Amino acid sequence: MCGIVGLYLKNESLENQLGQLFVPMLIAMTERGPDSAGFAIYGDEVADDSVKLTLRHEDESYDWAGLAKRLEIAFSTKVDWFQNSKVAVFKLLADGDDVVAYLHENAHDVLVMSAGKSIEILKEVGLPEHIVEMFKLGQMKGSHIIGHTRMATESAVTMAGSHPFSTGMDLCLVHNGSLSNHNRLRAELKREGIHFDTENDTEVAAGYMTYRLQQGDSLNQALEHALEDLDGFYTFTIGTKNGFAVLRDPIACKPAVIAETDDYVAMASEYQALTTLPGIENAKVWEPEPATIYVWERGDK
Amino acid sequence: MKTIDLATQTVRDLNQALHDQAKNCTETEWEVLNPKGQHNLAVGLDQKLKVDIKGDAGYYCGGMNKEADIVIHGSAGQGVAENMMSGSVRVKGNASSSAGATSIGGLLVIEGDAGSRCGISMKGSDIVVTGNVGHMSCFMGQAGTLVVCGDAGDALGDSLYEVHIYVKGEVKSLGADCIAKEMRDEHIEELSQLLKRAGVDEDPHAFKRYGSARQLYNFKVDNAAAY
Repeated sequence: MCGIVGLYLKNESLENQLGQLFVPMLIAMTERGPDSAGFAIYGDEVADDSVKLTLRHEDESYDWAGLAKRLEIAFSTKVDWFQNSKVAVFKLLADGDDVVAYLHENAHDVLVMSAGKSIEILKEVGLPEHIVEMFKLGQMKGSHIIGHTRMATESAVTMAGSHPFSTGMDLCLVHNGSLSNHNRLRAELKREGIHFDTENDTEVAAGYMTYRLQQGDSLNQALEHALEDLDGFYTFTIGTKNGFAVLRDPIACKPAVIAETDDYVAMASEYQALTTLPGIENAKVWEPEPATIYVWERGDK
Repeated sequence: MKTIDLATQTVRDLNQALHDQAKNCTETEWEVLNPKGQHNLAVGLDQKLKVDIKGDAGYYCGGMNKEADIVIHGSAGQGVAENMMSGSVRVKGNASSSAGATSIGGLLVIEGDAGSRCGISMKGSDIVVTGNVGHMSCFMGQAGTLVVCGDAGDALGDSLYEVHIYVKGEVKSLGADCIAKEMRDEHIEELSQLLKRAGVDEDPHAFKRYGSARQLYNFKVDNAAAY
């Protein structure tokens, strides 16, 4: 099972309502995934020479101020941060890879959920409605967002197994399905320097995308390679800093529906997750074709 | 006419009310409001009812239908009219995958496009699609008729038994053991009757017929010794 949902705004004047529009979409997918839920939201972009990180610690009273101080000393720069439940968002003028490496080295118990210019990933174990409430999703703003509700089948109900997965700057991926060649692919990607936190198959798909993009592929080219190299069944929704993509495997047994209007593109595992969107009655609604890449990207601002 | 509004009532309320008509029919015309893509609408009906679903349906709408005439005034999710026994289901919009899966009788009309696996393992129903059908349509189809007024996707009619397939547009590829066949007078007649029943205005002469070459394992008498 599992449910996936995504919303990409074409009309910038809706950006203040992104979270509010997305809340009912995520909650509508509770029956497909009541075990954990999460989302990756893109917005509130930092400058080109800076990085934004979403970090998580099991202990809600973790000393984030202390960590910010340590980073300020290590990178000789000011850290702008705020806390949201067990998660903190850090922004600083530094190279993203260097900060992630520093955290892996010096703050083992802090989980780096995402790093990039724009992305924030928030996820927890529990019902989607609780997670939405916990992070105050309804108040969030941004240009696009993708989410996942998980029904755990092949690994435990844990934070580590929760989607979305991010393995590279601003990249994230949600998945409904299961990959069959993830073990060998993970080993190959590790040799190429991709870092993995879990044994989860979806994280390998995210890592694969990161690797392809590092090789200079466009989002479209990376997905063309994914069709050749990933074996299994899947519907993916992928977010990058400027884009949003949907891909189904050649057999396409995992469901997906896309709705498009002049204002937005929305995707969901099931149509019922789209019924609350404005103008859905007149939207173009279709089922994405198997092995066909759908990409929406905006130019750099 | 009786109206059930799914904004205030549950799918179970709807189906129970429709099932109650099976033994003692007091109301033949039903209208369902605010379906909003919910699953299992009007399933397992067993009476000559007329049901209008005013909006989009989720999975398995009209599943196992017997005798009732169901119209979906919108699109339908996976498995619309799956295992239908008799009666009819009409979808005004598009249908997702596995439309009419395993259906045994009755008429399914899709006025838009159907997704993949339309008519998979169908066993005697008639399916008419005004638009296109997706890949693997009619996979292992056993009996009945599939009519496609648009195009068909990859692997049409793979491992087919006895379904008659008629396609007006392009077929991207044929599945294993499915071949184009001669359109004889009896086929023009069959198709013409079916188009009329479906209320679809098309010239039967514009269609091509596809069927089983009957060359797979199950068709070889030599393999009977295995049993």
